[in-house]
Amino acid sequence: MLFPVFSSPHLPAQNNVSRVMGEVLLALLPGILCATWFFGWGVLVNIVIAATTCVAAEAAVLALRGRAVRATLADRSALLTGVLLALCLPPLAPWWIPVIGSLFAIVIAKQLYGGLGYNPFNPAMIGYVVLLISYPRELTLWIPPTGIEAQHLNLNLSQTLALIFTNSLPAETTIDALTMPTPLDATKTAFGLGQTLHEIKASPLFGHFGGVGWEWINLSFLIGGLYLLARRVISWHIPAGLLGGLFLIALVFYGSDTDAFPSPLFHLFSGAAMLGAFFIATDPVSAATTPRGRLLFGAGIGVIAYVIRTWGGYPDGIAFGVLLMNMAAPTIDYYTKPRVFGQSK
Amino acid sequence: MGKAPHHLHRFHGGLHLPANKTLSSGSPIRALPIPARLVIPLSQHIGTAADVMVKVGEPVLRGQMIARAQGYVSVPIHASSSGTVVDITDHLIPHPSGLSAPCIIIETDGKDTAVDDTLSADHTQLDPSELRNRIRQAGIVGLGGAGFPSFIKLNPGTNRPIATLLINGAECEPYISCDDRLMRERAADVIGGAAILKHALNATECVIAVEDNKPEAIQALRDAIAQRSVSDFAVVVIPTLYPTGGEKQLIQVVTGREVPSQGLPADVGVICHNPGTAAAVHRVFALGEPLISRIITVTGTGVREPGNVEVRVGTPMADVIAACGGYTDRAQRLLMGGPMMGFAVGNDATPVIKTTNCLLVAGGNELPLPQAPLPCIRCGACVDVCPAKLLPQQLYWYAHAKDFDKVQDYSLFDCIECGCCAYVCPSHLPLVQYYRFAKTEIWNQEREREKADIARQRHEYRLFRLEREKDERAARLQQKQAALKTAKGETTAEDPKKAAIQAALERAKAKKASAGVMPKNTDNLTEAQQQAITNADERRRNRDSSTATRSEDA
Ligand code: SF4
Ligand code: SF4
Repeated sequence: MLFPVFSSPHLPAQNNVSRVMGEVLLALLPGILCATWFFGWGVLVNIVIAATTCVAAEAAVLALRGRAVRATLADRSALLTGVLLALCLPPLAPWWIPVIGSLFAIVIAKQLYGGLGYNPFNPAMIGYVVLLISYPRELTLWIPPTGIEAQHLNLNLSQTLALIFTNSLPAETTIDALTMPTPLDATKTAFGLGQTLHEIKASPLFGHFGGVGWEWINLSFLIGGLYLLARRVISWHIPAGLLGGLFLIALVFYGSDTDAFPSPLFHLFSGAAMLGAFFIATDPVSAATTPRGRLLFGAGIGVIAYVIRTWGGYPDGIAFGVLLMNMAAPTIDYYTKPRVFGQSK
Repeated sequence: MGKAPHHLHRFHGGLHLPANKTLSSGSPIRALPIPARLVIPLSQHIGTAADVMVKVGEPVLRGQMIARAQGYVSVPIHASSSGTVVDITDHLIPHPSGLSAPCIIIETDGKDTAVDDTLSADHTQLDPSELRNRIRQAGIVGLGGAGFPSFIKLNPGTNRPIATLLINGAECEPYISCDDRLMRERAADVIGGAAILKHALNATECVIAVEDNKPEAIQALRDAIAQRSVSDFAVVVIPTLYPTGGEKQLIQVVTGREVPSQGLPADVGVICHNPGTAAAVHRVFALGEPLISRIITVTGTGVREPGNVEVRVGTPMADVIAACGGYTDRAQRLLMGGPMMGFAVGNDATPVIKTTNCLLVAGGNELPLPQAPLPCIRCGACVDVCPAKLLPQQLYWYAHAKDFDKVQDYSLFDCIECGCCAYVCPSHLPLVQYYRFAKTEIWNQEREREKADIARQRHEYRLFRLEREKDERAARLQQKQAALKTAKGETTAEDPKKAAIQAALERAKAKKASAGVMPKNTDNLTEAQQQAITNADERRRNRDSSTATRSEDA
């Protein structure tokens, strides 16, 4: 009798990319729900626009390149890029913001380099940074979170859609009345005006340990991230490096002058810290790949993010941190090769 | 027993795999009938194939040597039953690439008449060198799957005292249960054989390591040790984790020591043998029986009556399956060895050899064919499980790019091909296949280079000879002229021929010097090519020095 011949191992592989990406999307849910609770429908609208654009762009490029469209889309990586990008954007950004960001992310940052597995930079972060540099005004149009009643204005779904797609506001509102800086932004501005941390903290923007709303959103992403760790979808090195790096450098400065620098806890629960640590920096393709390298990679992002948050011209630094460390990843990998079994140091 | 519990260590990575052992481990070992034809390959071990000693038409007896060892790393082959040699020809042998190789084909007579016993002895009366010699004459090789001649492993050299004889009863591959059954049913043979091996090695202790999923085997071994009342034997229960049965992994688990890269277990004072090998050694001295049969697991949902059977070496796999009730309708794939490190056999006319530990007939979708791979997403799942602490994704990257220098920088040759990386890879990359490909390519390249070196030396010698001949001719001419001149009353100071040779040598030397430090057979190399050559030289030097230490063991 004759049998087919294949190379070992013969036990089928237990995992697949589609499942990995699916788990990550699932783990994002608490954070997405929480963000929607605090910032309204715009969060979801952003996600729908960005995800649709990403998937459509990926399909179009694959078709142009003559690749299998369906099979590749099934890996869900384009979908994930769209969702991650959307989560970084202000909830009431005009529709073309997520569209442009998504196109950059998929077409330029991913497919031009050869698609999944070959992109040296995190596609979602490329999309975000391109937007940040090209449309700084639109990217700072944050609205106050639910809970700051004085200024909060609850837009319903149709009002949100009208604002996003036709730029029309409900009667008697102006865009300036609607928006409000993020806590990170506000802190930086206040420090610029010579206020002390104590004074800043009195502002209604601040909650228990971070900004109102933001602290809960970060907490939700932390929970999703712990789920990913428990499911062994990601390893602990990058999140630990990033949060540890951010915490330590914040601690040093906070310790040097508690009135001039926000506490480490504030940093951990502000902006994109948790989203970045568990979901963005852990994008495997563009990150460092050795265990020690990943710790360094994460720590680098944390430190860069802190520097940009504290002294730079942009509200948050996670995105720049990720891209800069993407550049360093091959070098980090080279110098952090683990000691092979049986080889001496 | 009064012994303190053994302190265990762990190795990096590894996998908890579905065991699937109960399919075969439940029923006792059965001896299979003697097949009508035996197909006995001359190469069933690592090393040089044995050299045929019989002719077509010659009658042979069970246990008769039919091929003698050739060179040092080689062992003889014996007839597994009595009968007549009907052919000596190329036949399919078990090999990952489905090779054919020379085999002795015997038609059995069913009488199973044994040859005169020259092997049995009281081992305590023999010195280690005679023990080794008998083990070699009996054709014993490692029965765990590698097939390395056992007598060589019993000779680690005087500079490396062996503290521990480690019997590897881990049997960590899924499906396989032949060592388990052997240790349960013939524990006394295993312990008896281990005692002989220990004596040959002059080892201080013997540790038998068994995974904790084999409680019956552990008990049987402990009973057998108690019965022999030997004090320096211990059964150590180790956690079930693939690939604990890898020699280097097992040594680390039991002793905490790492066998050096490119080194041998003897470097850390350990020698490893398989329980099947120990039992076979026992039979040599107790029964005078060379290695002509072995226990194999026949399993999978593609075979009707899975179990463990004792099979004569040379029995065609089809006969083994038939004796186990035949194939089921679901039978889809045939593997020799386990599902992680075994290889697919394309044709069941292939014979069972000394290293066949398992025939796995996968049915239905038991072992589905590989899915289409995606690109590597660098997730690092493979890094977490690699017991050799390699970076499988980097190895894959460079093997894929055929960058054979880089792939060696990432220690390709420390890969034990356990398949853990491929098992967890979400992109379904056939990683191990790439590593094997790269290893083979590198071996081929180095062979080509060696050939090129020889050709270059020949070429250089020819140039040198031509030059010398030219100079000699010139010298002769000069001599003649000189002779003429002498006739006219002049003298020459030196022997002109010698001077000419000297001149030719100097010219050749100068040429070499101007071509650089090393003679080259290629000009106008790019920098990268030059680098590649330098690297290869470097590697060869390293390898040569490590093989030099290896041959010291021998
Ligand atoms: S497990 Fe597969 S996809 Fe992940 S890094 Fe390793 S080779 Fe690449
Ligand atoms: S096959 Fe090689 S690279 Fe893969 S896990 Fe095993 S030792 Fe590591």
